[in-house]
Formats: sequence, C-alpha cells, structure tokens
Amino acid sequence: MMRAALTDLPLILDRVSLSAGPTTMLDRLNLAITPGAPTLVLGPNGAGKTSLLRVCMGLAAPSAGTVNWGGRTDRGLGRRAMLLQKPVMLRRSVAANVAYALAQAGCPRHHRTARTEELLDRVGLLGLAARPARRLSGGEQQRVALARALAREPEILLLDEPTASLDPAATRHVEEIILMASQSGAKIVMASHDLGQVRRLAGDVVFLVRGRLCEHASVGDFFDRPSSVEAAAFIHGELVL
Amino acid sequence: MSEGLSAWQLIASGDAALISIVRLSLTITLAAVAVAAVVGLPLGALLALTRFPGRSALVVLINGFMGLPPVVVGLTVYLLLSRSGPLGEFGLLFTPAAMVIAQALLVLPIIAALTRQTIEDLWREYRDELTAMGVGPTGRVATLLWDSRFSLITALLAGFGRAAAEVGTVMIVGGNIEGFTRTMTTTIALETSKGDLPLAMGLGAVLIGLILAINAAAWGLRLWSEQRVA
Repeated sequence: MMRAALTDLPLILDRVSLSAGPTTMLDRLNLAITPGAPTLVLGPNGAGKTSLLRVCMGLAAPSAGTVNWGGRTDRGLGRRAMLLQKPVMLRRSVAANVAYALAQAGCPRHHRTARTEELLDRVGLLGLAARPARRLSGGEQQRVALARALAREPEILLLDEPTASLDPAATRHVEEIILMASQSGAKIVMASHDLGQVRRLAGDVVFLVRGRLCEHASVGDFFDRPSSVEAAAFIHGELVL
Repeated sequence: MSEGLSAWQLIASGDAALISIVRLSLTITLAAVAVAAVVGLPLGALLALTRFPGRSALVVLINGFMGLPPVVVGLTVYLLLSRSGPLGEFGLLFTPAAMVIAQALLVLPIIAALTRQTIEDLWREYRDELTAMGVGPTGRVATLLWDSRFSLITALLAGFGRAAAEVGTVMIVGGNIEGFTRTMTTTIALETSKGDLPLAMGLGAVLIGLILAINAAAWGLRLWSEQRVA
C-alpha cells in the first residue's frame, strides 16, 4: 500500500498557535517530535496538553503556524493513532469496536477476526470480546480504545492521559501495553500529570504552561536540572497556575 | 345495537372485505414509510454532517414540513398525477401507488428531521473518535445511522403513526374506491357520514389496535437489542 511508504516522522510544529475566540490554547509553539523513546507532555490542567495532541493528530488545524508530518502539511491521516482522554465506545460489542478500527485501517476482511483476537489478547480483554463495549468499566473502555488505536499499527501513537482515572493495577497494565508498543517501534507521545509515570516511561519531556512550551528536555535533565522556575516548582509538587 | 353486533361480528368472523381493507391500509402505510425511510434517513444524516449556504433554511423548512397539512399534500399530488398534470401519463391517480407517493411525502419530513437531530447529536460525540480512526464521509453516515438505530426506530414509528392515522391525503389521491383504494381511515370517514357509527367505531378500534401492536413490537425489539449491544 501507498501508506507504508509515507512516514509521519519527524513531526515538526513551527510557531503553532491554537485559539478559539478569545481563548488561546497554544501560543507560538515550536516542537520537533523525532523517533525514539516516549515523549511525555507534562503540565498543569489547562496548559494545552490536549490541544497539543489534537494538533499533532490533525484533529485540530492550528490558527497560526504550520504542522509538518514527515515533510507533508496536509492533515490527512497517515500512520497516526490517538487515544482520547475520554474514549467513545461505538454502540457495538468489544470485538466489533476493534474490528471496526481494523476495517478503517485497511485490514483485509479475512484477517480481521484473527487480528481482533490478537489485539484484545494484547490488552487483556479477550474474555470480554462479546460484551457491549459501553457496559464496560472506565479502565476496560480505555483498553478497548487502546486496542483500536493499535489496530492502525501507528507510527505515532498519541495518548491523552490514558491512566488519569485508573487504579495502580490498571495503570501498570496500560503502561505495559504502551511500553510494548514503544519497543515495537511506535513513537509514543503521551500527556500526563503524574510525575512517577513520567519517570517510568519518558525519554524526553515537553513541559507546557498556559499554552507555551516552557521546557523540552531529556527526562534526566528535566528532573535534575530544570531550566525554568515553573518546571522546578512543578517537580517539587508546588502549584503551578 | 344489532348493527353494533354485526360490526364486531365482521371483525371476529374475518370478513373478506374487511380483511382486504385492513391489508391495503397496512401495505400502503408500510410502503410509504419504507420509501420515506430510504430517502429520509440518508438525507437527514447528510444534512447533519454537511455545512453549506442555506443549510439553516433547509433545516427550518424540513422541520416545518413535519406539520404539513395532509389535504395540501393530497391536493399537490393530485395535481401532479391528474390526467393533465406533469405525471398524468403514468395513470397513477386513484391507485394505491398514488396513495403511497402522497403518504411518503407526508412522512419524509418527519423521518428526515428526526434523523438529522439524532445524527447531529451523535456526531458531536463521535467526531474526534471517527476522525482519528480515519473514517471517510460515507463511512460516517453509515456508522452514525447504525449506531443510532434504536433512536431512529422511534423516528420511523412517528412516521408510521402519521401515515396510518391519516385520511385526507389518501381520500384525495386514492378516491376511496371500494375494493381498490378503500382504507381503514377512509372507510371510517365514509361510514360515519352514512351514519353507520358502530362499524366506524369497530374499524377505529382495529386501527388503534394495529398501531399499538406495531409500537409494542418495536419497543420489544428495542429492549431486546439494547440488552445485547447498547
């Protein structure tokens, strides 16, 4: 297929702003996402984490500036997938949700059943395949959405606080799936406000405050030598507004 | 009283003329709803998903047409189908086909308007997710129609109710010809004006019973399938 030849990396944001009416969500952001270890997007609520991921996914067009996916600027879907903060389950069974994503990703019909089982097994939901997806718990729905995202075999996998409402066991499970995807070559870009999670997963950290890129550093540098007052305060658990 | 008994006896004994009236009514109504659904469901979905100049006017127009006066629709279809009308050559006036056309026009705005509202609400919920999965325009329409199928059944029932209860349109374009275009509602109107109130009331009871039965069946179907997938 044509798609295989295209690549979305590096993903480069050039002075990207996003605003709706008087509200500015992103303010002249410069950022390069390159292949490698997971990039974690960190920041207080309302810092623009979700907006940044939506722009990276192509769900939102920047009000100013350009987004460049591997040399292309059209928002047409390449090999990107996104796990929304509140995933929406289609009104179908768990298996049908995953099969739907597979079909949209161009997986041929005769492979779908096997691939669906494989993906559900990977997220640990094989036992719930026939259940109506909307009846599952929040954590289970999160994993269905993760299976749907993985169905696209993404080159870039964007995750918007995938463990925000999960208990530690479920969080560990989701982190394992994400690490597995990362090890098999997907570039992970993940919003979080959990510092422990950032230490566990991140290669580099993008720190946002009020829609601005405050800091972009390797995870070691970010925690040991934060270059901004805001980042230092955030790391020490102080309130950054 | 004896006449009243005879009316109920007609129903109980399965009188051939009565059964053919009931069957014609049902066939015409269901055909009209089917035609209106085939056009109205995609039309409503398309209207929900597209933005173009004049869209608001069209939405208001279709919403307003939910309350179209049946006799006006009847008159319009009558003029179109009459011998000297633009579609006169097909000889459809005073046939069941004309009644289906007229009722479908009556039901179409109801189905299209309710579909638009339903799909628009669901699209708001699904938009990011479907876009992130790379679903194209045709896929969106199909997915949204399928995933709102339980709500859309209600839209179809509203259309069915309107068509089944309607008398003015079918009277005008069907002509109330005995054994050919006589339906339950036109029979009731006729028998009432003839003074055969018991027969009219008996038929009225049958009509209400049928409408209730179909709604009950739809409700049961909804409960059953919601337990399985929703």
